[in-house]
Amino acid sequence: MQDEPTPTELIQAVAAFLRNDIAPTLNGHSAFKLRVAINALDLVGRQLTLEKRSNAAERERLTRLLGRNGTLSELNSALADGISSGSINLQTPGVAEHLWQTTMDKLAVDQPNYASYRRELEGNRE
Amino acid sequence: MSVTTEDLLARSVATWCPGATGIANAARLSGGASQETWSFDIVHPDGNIGAILRRAPMGYGAAPDRAAGLDAEAVLMQRAYAAGIPSPRVMHVLSPLDELGTGFIMARVEGETIPRKILRDAKFAEARPKLARQLGGVLAKIHALPLPQLPELRRMTAASEIAELERDYRTLNWPRPVFDLALRWLRDNDPGPAAEGTLVHGDFRHGNLIIGPDGVRAVLDWELAHFGDPMEDLGWICVNSWRFGEIDKPVGGFGTRDELFAGYEVEGRRVDAARVHFWEVMGTLRWGVMCCGMMQRFRSGPDHSMERAMIGRRSSETEIDLLRLLAPRRKP
Repeated sequence: MQDEPTPTELIQAVAAFLRNDIAPTLNGHSAFKLRVAINALDLVGRQLTLEKRSNAAERERLTRLLGRNGTLSELNSALADGISSGSINLQTPGVAEHLWQTTMDKLAVDQPNYASYRRELEGNRE
Repeated sequence: MSVTTEDLLARSVATWCPGATGIANAARLSGGASQETWSFDIVHPDGNIGAILRRAPMGYGAAPDRAAGLDAEAVLMQRAYAAGIPSPRVMHVLSPLDELGTGFIMARVEGETIPRKILRDAKFAEARPKLARQLGGVLAKIHALPLPQLPELRRMTAASEIAELERDYRTLNWPRPVFDLALRWLRDNDPGPAAEGTLVHGDFRHGNLIIGPDGVRAVLDWELAHFGDPMEDLGWICVNSWRFGEIDKPVGGFGTRDELFAGYEVEGRRVDAARVHFWEVMGTLRWGVMCCGMMQRFRSGPDHSMERAMIGRRSSETEIDLLRLLAPRRKP
């Protein structure tokens, strides 16, 4: 067993250091690149926190939808092939809900501030 | 010691700009290995002239398969300028004597291309409500350019563009069911070839438009110009990725489709709103596939930049936008 702090905690601490102590000292292209770097660390932090649960749920939905087992990658390939060939479409029970949930889970990691994502989150709470 | 780009520019300018005594403030703006953009001033007794060099250095003459090529770009900009389309004046097309590679030198147009500034800064407050209509008019003029006067360009249809996108997506070898859904929708809803094929700018969006407080000042970057369905340009500028957060203003985050269409039709051309929608879906998927391509290039090198890697993680943005277009959860 590896000791603490966790990777998530370490990454968050590094991101906070860069954001609070280094960013104010830079300008121009270096400041822009540092912002991208901080965004990348934040993304990794979110993925470490969220991925395990969302992957498990995605796999469970896919197994039910496709009626077969496999790795997440195999199941996604099977769904993609089914949609491409037309044997699976938006009228297939559970497909639209699955695509939406999977996409929302990706955005929660990739770009939680993306306006379309925020709008859909609000819409679901109404 | 080798001759610098600055030296060559000064020598070139002297041959075609009467009275010029040299150049100053040369700075490379952007570009990869195959294409460069430089900004510089032509020093002239009547006052300095701002200029832009766009070139492929020697040894990088061959354009990627989708690019129109810099010589074609120069001709397109000259035709656009002559037709009254906001466009930088092309001052000189490079020849072998310039020893600067292939490309051209154009007048530098002052203004802004950064989307967030155009959408938020107070100095553009009066321009923003006018932009969609103006850009509709500009597109109508681009689509009206007489074909016989234009350089040879790729001829594209919806079907050929779907096939190209699908090929690019399959090359990525990473399953994205939402992209398959979009490809399937595009194949099922292919409107067929346009009744009238026209020049299509191909990349008419933020970043390629110079905006001033008075509105649009110049259309840039004809690299993806081709012949095809004029509605493609109207759909591309409506893609959500170019709204930069202002998602209720479909045209670039500053205007409505009605304004864009009205500006287009006032020039005597007709809009086919269903085709525009088709091309918006296509454009959303295209940007998504392009983001994935960035991630591939990050991995395969030589450009292992963090920016490229992070653009790869923006492809999911186009997936949610495709779902909003093709499988909306509630009435808009």
